[in-house]
Amino acid sequence: MKVCFTAKGATLESLSEERFGRAPFFIIIDLDSGASEAVQNPYVEGAGGVGPKAAQILISHDVTALVSGQVGGNAREALMAAGIEMFTFRGSSVNDALEQFKKNALQRSE
Amino acid sequence: MKIAVASGKGGTGKSMVAANLAYTLSLAEPVTLVDCDVEEPNLHLFFPGPAESTDVTIPVPVFDTAACDLCGKCGEFCQFGAITVLRDRVLFFPELCHSCGGCLLVCPKGAITESPVRIGTVSVSIPLPSLILVTGLLDTGSPLAVPVIGAAKARAATHPLVFYDSSPGTACPVIETLDGSDFCVLVTESTPFGLHDLELAADVVAGMGIPAGVVINRSDGEDEATLDFCAEHDLEVMMTVPFDREFAAIQNQGCLLCREHPEWQERFRALYSGCRHLAGVSP
Amino acid sequence: MKRLAVISGKGGTGKTMVTAALAHLLQGRLVMADCDVDAANLALLLNPRPLWTKPFFGQKAAVIDSDLCLGCGSCEANCRFDAIRPDQGIFRVETLHCEGCAVCTYVCPAEAVSMQPRQTGEILYSETDRGHLVHARLVPGAGNSGLLVSAVKKTGFENDPESDLLLIDGPPGTGCPLISTISGVDLVLVVTEPSLSGLHDLERVVAVCRQFRPKVLVAVNRFDLSPTIARTIDLGDSLISATFK
Repeated sequence: MKVCFTAKGATLESLSEERFGRAPFFIIIDLDSGASEAVQNPYVEGAGGVGPKAAQILISHDVTALVSGQVGGNAREALMAAGIEMFTFRGSSVNDALEQFKKNALQRSE
Repeated sequence: MKIAVASGKGGTGKSMVAANLAYTLSLAEPVTLVDCDVEEPNLHLFFPGPAESTDVTIPVPVFDTAACDLCGKCGEFCQFGAITVLRDRVLFFPELCHSCGGCLLVCPKGAITESPVRIGTVSVSIPLPSLILVTGLLDTGSPLAVPVIGAAKARAATHPLVFYDSSPGTACPVIETLDGSDFCVLVTESTPFGLHDLELAADVVAGMGIPAGVVINRSDGEDEATLDFCAEHDLEVMMTVPFDREFAAIQNQGCLLCREHPEWQERFRALYSGCRHLAGVSP
Repeated sequence: MKRLAVISGKGGTGKTMVTAALAHLLQGRLVMADCDVDAANLALLLNPRPLWTKPFFGQKAAVIDSDLCLGCGSCEANCRFDAIRPDQGIFRVETLHCEGCAVCTYVCPAEAVSMQPRQTGEILYSETDRGHLVHARLVPGAGNSGLLVSAVKKTGFENDPESDLLLIDGPPGTGCPLISTISGVDLVLVVTEPSLSGLHDLERVVAVCRQFRPKVLVAVNRFDLSPTIARTIDLGDSLISATFK
């Protein structure tokens, strides 16, 4: 499965970002192969409707779970419709978030 | 001639000025009054009467699931994030849609058509023999005031003498109201708020190249700051209405100053002559 | 952080006066946001000392490169916002009307149109005796004020996360700036006045609030101008009493 973490930078050491639609980077990790990819978010400075647009990025990358701080109403609707599970993480680095996700320690956001 | 009544600050007496101008002039010639404050229209309270109402709609996309191959081009193009293309279907967010038609243009399969969605109404009534009242009304919960204002103005496009009652502020609904006006009456009041917002509104009309003049309402007699501002900016103070509890009560009950106190008709006629003069229209 | 928005429906009923009074009376740590971005007045009452200002960019706007424009008019034909105007054989964008939809960039055969960022206002962050104040200046005539409203609220929220209350001075009306103001707030205080217009506008704005589910309370300003209408509001017709449930 592919998990997406919202981040302030492009590496696993980067700080995690609480916002979803305006997160600077989406770090997508394939848990099966261990491969990771950093996708720059073109909508960081977008004027409106950034949530559904960011959701579209995750859908096109075949992501199945999202770890982020807060997800807005429209983005949430799009992610749920796409069957992408959402988990809440507010803390330090993407690495930490990944560890906690693997340990099943993150709360699922309904 | 098209005359807009605007203010910047809310509650300064735009509707009072527009209603009394229209009432007074309609005693001698045909007048149309257009309520462009579509979020909170009030003129119908001063001119009650049966009205004929038509819907204002905007087109929004409808997706033909049989023809759509989920290529995602519509979602990619939409600048407002109103379309998300999932693996198995298209998700549409109507409240984000600006009705630009871009998705139709970019769809390679011709799978998108449009269907109208109601966002408000325009009602037309004839409350007095020579007065037509056009009221734009935005449906509650709809954010799109501008198309409703456009539809209301369109109903009066060919009428000879039209007054537009604007919403407060300086944002897009005000621009839509002012667009195409020959003159703008800026209504202010003797408070620091009134002056601050008059400055903003004067900026907008100047930027649009529309000649304007000022009415000071609820004057407490200490209007020096407003008078100074108007003098500096070459804005004529066309009329001053004193603060008076009786005037406030007349207005609050939905009555008209010029009907209760006919001696004010002369002053509103003079205000109209002033508008024509400043707009460069021959008398 | 709790969020309280003071709104009115009708303009000029005394929102800003009530907001400033609440700012002085409420206990706890406050951050204030003036969301009446196209006629912001709260700062006039709070003597703010500016800390910083940042530009605000709204939806991008189309720009036609006059050297590349062929004068074919397909942009004008496809623009639904009347934002493209003929100008000496070619076309130009009337920026005040441009919605930022980018349809013109798609239909132009000469690739003469591009979307450019436009500054539609600025956000000001200041210190007052009662906490930080975020307010804004919309470039007069600029559209998308709802976006600026969201940005003002967000600035307050993100810069003062330790505050107990975000106190919002809202815009008049029921359209996009009002909807942006009340989305996500816990409590709405509607300031009205005892006039037919005030009552009419109160009913409409309460109807909008109910679609967004914050709690709604009503305050009547200048009640002595018409004790009869004030009593109507106070006793509550079905609509208003329903909001107190």
